[in-house]
Amino acid sequence: MDPIHQFNISKLIPLQVFGRDISFTNSSAYMVVAVLIVALLMIVFVNPRAMVPGRLQSLAEIIYEFIANMVREAAGESGMKFFPLVFSLFMFILICNFVGLIPYTFTVTSHIIITITLALIVFATVIIAGFATNGLHFLHLFVPSGVPKAVLPVVVAIEIISFLSRPVSQSIRLFANMLAGHITLKVFGGFVVMLLGAGGWAAISPLPFLMTVCLMALEMLVAFLQAYVFAILTCMYLNDALHPGH
Amino acid sequence: MADEHSTHTETGHGGGGHGAFPPFQPDAFASQIVWLALTFGALYFLMSRVALPRVAAILAERKDSIGQQLDAAAAMQAKARDASDAHDKSIAEAKSKAQALAQSARDQLAAQSDASRKSLESELGAKLATAEAQIAETTARAMANVDAIASDAAGAIVERLTGKATTPDVIASAIAAAKQA
Repeated sequence: MDPIHQFNISKLIPLQVFGRDISFTNSSAYMVVAVLIVALLMIVFVNPRAMVPGRLQSLAEIIYEFIANMVREAAGESGMKFFPLVFSLFMFILICNFVGLIPYTFTVTSHIIITITLALIVFATVIIAGFATNGLHFLHLFVPSGVPKAVLPVVVAIEIISFLSRPVSQSIRLFANMLAGHITLKVFGGFVVMLLGAGGWAAISPLPFLMTVCLMALEMLVAFLQAYVFAILTCMYLNDALHPGH
Repeated sequence: MADEHSTHTETGHGGGGHGAFPPFQPDAFASQIVWLALTFGALYFLMSRVALPRVAAILAERKDSIGQQLDAAAAMQAKARDASDAHDKSIAEAKSKAQALAQSARDQLAAQSDASRKSLESELGAKLATAEAQIAETTARAMANVDAIASDAAGAIVERLTGKATTPDVIASAIAAAKQA
C-alpha cells in the first residue's frame, strides 16, 4: 500500500568494484529487459527482410521512420549522424516507461540518477559535436545576432544559464512525470483496496477504480510523450550544436 | 543490503538521515550509473551497428525497387501511348484511303454511266435522224406517186366524161395549174 515502495532498489547480485557498490539490482535487470525488448523489436522482427513487410517488421520500420523524420526535421540532414543516439535514447526511455506501467514492475526512468545521466550524455554530445563541427564559432550560440551592445552581456548571461539548465530540465521533466504518475496510480489503486476492506464503503470502490483505469490511459500517453519530448529536445539541442548561428 | 534499503523506506518515512525516498538514495547511484552505461552502451552498439543499418538497407532497397518499377511502368505507359497513337493514325489513314477509294469508284462509275448514256443518246439521235430522213424520202416518193395516180385518174375521168382521150401533157399542165391555185 505504500506508494513509494515501488521505487525501491533491491540488490539481486551483490557486486563490489574498487570498494564501490555496483550490485546488479532490480533496476539493472529492467534496463537489461528494456535493451532485450528493443533488440527483439528492431533486430529479430526485422529478420525476414521482406520486401512487403509483415506486421512486426512494419512496426520496426514505422518506429525507424518516425525517429528518422524527427531527427531530420529538427536537426537537419547533418543531424542524421546522431540518429543512432536519438533512436537509442527514445527507445530506451519509451520501453522503460511502458514496462514500468505493468503492475509489480520497476520503472527505471523514475530515478533521477538515470534521467540525469541520460541528459548529461546528450549535454556532452552537444558540446563535443558543437566544438567539433564549428570550432569556436560554436560559442556564437550564446551571442544572438541583432541584439544591441548595451544589453548583450545580460543576454549572453541568460543564454549561458539557459544552456546549462538544459540537462536539469530535460532530466527532471522525465523523472518527475514518471514518479508522479506512478505514485498517483498507486494511491488510487490503494483507495480501491482500502474501500473494499471498509465494509459498506466498498460500494463506492468502483469510483477510484474507474479513476485508475483513466489514469492508466493517461500514463500510457505520458510514457510515450515523455520519451518523445526527451528525443525531440535532444534533436533541438543537437541542431543548436550543428547550426549555432540562430 | 537489500533488506537495509527496503527498511530505509519502510521505516524512514518521517525523514531522518539520507535515503527516505528511494530515487534520492545516493548509495544506489553508482550501481545505476554503471548498469545504465553498460546497458545503454550495448543498446547503442546494437542499434548503430546492427539494427538501424539493416532497417535502412531494407527501406532503401524497397525504395529503389519501387522507383525502378515505377520507372518501368512509366516507360510501358509511354510505349502503350505511342502504340495507341500509331494505331489511331493508321486507322485514320485507312479510313481516308477507303473514303478516297470509294469516291474515285463512285466518280468512275458516274463517268462511265454518263458516257454510256451519252453514246446511247447520240446513237438514238442518229437512228431518229435516219428514220426521219427515211420518212421524208418515203413521203416525197409517195407524193410523186400521188401526182402520177392523180393524172392517171384525171385522164380516165376526162376520157369518161368527154369520150376523148387526152394527152398526159395536158393533164400534167392542168394539175400543175390546179396545184398552183
